[in-house]
Amino acid sequence: MNNTMLHIQQSRQKRKRRYIAITSLLACIALLLCGTMLMLGNTIYPVRDVVRVLLGHDVDGANFAIGTIRLPRMLAGAFAGFAFGVGGYVFQTMLRNPLANPNVIGITAGSSAAAVFCIVVLQASNTVISIASVVGGLATVLIIYVLAKGASFSIGRLILIGIGIQAMLNAFISYLMLLANTHDIPTALRWLSGSLNGMKLESTYPLIIAVIIMTPLLLYFSKRLSMLELGEQAATSLGVDTNRTRIVLIVGAVIILALATATTGPIAFVAFLAGPIAQRLVGSDFSNVLPAGLIGIILVLAADLIGQFAFSVRYPVGVITGIIGAPYLIYLLIRINRKGDL
Amino acid sequence: MGDVQVTKRQIILPKHFWKVAILLSLLLLVTIAASFIFGSRTISMAGLMDGLFHPDVTSHEASVIRQRIVRTIFSLLCGAALGVAGALMQAVTRNPIADPSILGVNTGASLFVVCGIAFFNISTANEYIWLAIAGAFITAIFVFTIGSLGASGATPLKLVLAGAATSAILSSLVTAIMIPRTNVMDEFRFWQVGSVGSGSWDNILLFLPFLIVGIVIALLTAPALNALALGDEVATGLGVNTVTIRLFAAVGAVLLCGAATALAGPIGFIGLLATHVVRLVIGPDIRFILPLSALTGAIILTIADVCGRLLGSPGELEVGILTAFIGAPILILITMKAKMRAL
Repeated sequence: MNNTMLHIQQSRQKRKRRYIAITSLLACIALLLCGTMLMLGNTIYPVRDVVRVLLGHDVDGANFAIGTIRLPRMLAGAFAGFAFGVGGYVFQTMLRNPLANPNVIGITAGSSAAAVFCIVVLQASNTVISIASVVGGLATVLIIYVLAKGASFSIGRLILIGIGIQAMLNAFISYLMLLANTHDIPTALRWLSGSLNGMKLESTYPLIIAVIIMTPLLLYFSKRLSMLELGEQAATSLGVDTNRTRIVLIVGAVIILALATATTGPIAFVAFLAGPIAQRLVGSDFSNVLPAGLIGIILVLAADLIGQFAFSVRYPVGVITGIIGAPYLIYLLIRINRKGDL
Repeated sequence: MGDVQVTKRQIILPKHFWKVAILLSLLLLVTIAASFIFGSRTISMAGLMDGLFHPDVTSHEASVIRQRIVRTIFSLLCGAALGVAGALMQAVTRNPIADPSILGVNTGASLFVVCGIAFFNISTANEYIWLAIAGAFITAIFVFTIGSLGASGATPLKLVLAGAATSAILSSLVTAIMIPRTNVMDEFRFWQVGSVGSGSWDNILLFLPFLIVGIVIALLTAPALNALALGDEVATGLGVNTVTIRLFAAVGAVLLCGAATALAGPIGFIGLLATHVVRLVIGPDIRFILPLSALTGAIILTIADVCGRLLGSPGELEVGILTAFIGAPILILITMKAKMRAL
């Protein structure tokens, strides 16, 4: 008996070490990409110049390129990536289905529609846009939940309703574009699939603050999330207040998702991809909030670097993540269908 | 087996068939009138009469009316095609949520047309109608294959998800091809949302053969599709070759929606909306759903176009935006009503 206990403990320790190792590795890659974002561009600056600019020294020419253009872009990409990764992971885990993520069920579209409405119709300030996008996201969640609840709740119903809501919201966004007379594709693309172009430092502040405040909260409550994963009854018997945990997690996740969407637009498929990739890499013994967030950062920054430099034309980040993400969704669907879980 | 005879001799009309048909015809007339009268510019009665009955008058008002006539006919035909295509797809996949836009078939057509414009310098509607049909067909088969994997076959949820995923990747590709090519972007822009404003006599003439062939296929396959609705085994027992019928009906559906998409752009949800409304009223017999669905589709698309002209004034609100906005709630309604197992 003692032997078995020891064995379990040992293997748990082993998995914990693995978890920490992989998470640190992901963090290193994310940091590396952040640095690359600052170094690469029309002019390539060495690490020394980048560091000096960040420390506030004057470097000829580099101040503008790095401080005004590349830094906001990098910050927006990194924090939005983290927010999408974490938010997506929380929804996927809570609903126990990788397909039930903010991209597919239209939560990011809700935030996006609210943000566009404020920009186009009200010409509102940054604060109003941030608040509206959070309200839009929460309202979308509420509507989907109320509609899906009905007589008998099922994830399938929820996903289908979400897809319907998303179709409406996207139509609404297209309508708003028309109102604004900005029928140009770049603007439309930004609000339908996400882009980091023309990012300003001020507009990243709400997102950064929200991520810094919400991440510890989500980390704390996501410990309980792994108990929720065991199922409602098991979680209750382990002493988890399931309803309160759910509400805190949903609100927290929607806040960071919404602010990320208001900053960069709903960058396609990041919220969907981060969770499953994290699970692949570190397993599901521990709460994967941190790894999912880090993978979100890596996805967005890597996709943006590819979009900027791999081709002769610059593509917005959402187009690249869409091309990478959608095949994975199809692959996942094929696997789920074969198993007959849906 | 008497009840499930599929011979043509024993046609029993659904209860309200004639009432519904007459009502829809009246609605159609009202719609046509509305489409002539309303627009971003108000036209006097005299101008309207000139445009309609005096081909020799060349006033500005008369020519506006003539343009509206072309546009109305075009949108009626597109609506009818999309209505029939939706009904066929729902019968083929045996689920109530099938529609060219939901299954991603429209996006498939878009991708092929964009490739045609970008890489092969194709610029006439005549050429890209075939590209659109090819794209629609390949996408339809792809989505249906993925959606019907696994033990439970093609459930609505699986099909819709397969459609949404396919649509997402295809539209990313469309954007990726379009961004570096501003000339393609201009040529392609009306496509993004779908509009019947591009209607012209040439387009109508081009569209007609596809419409006719598609409708003939629909009518020919209808009795067998009715048998298919009872389940594959029963249908086989009744002497229906399920694979051939599915393929044949799918070709019909793709001809219709591919041609409509090629000329008007991806207009969503018409098939879903029309077929659902009709089925609610007259029941499940596809032979009667088809003509009424065509009628309803024509009415809905044209009304949506009129609303788009009024709402978007002085410009216009593309009809694709409006149909998505009124069609998506129907998708949600169907989902809410459906039994869990059926999903």
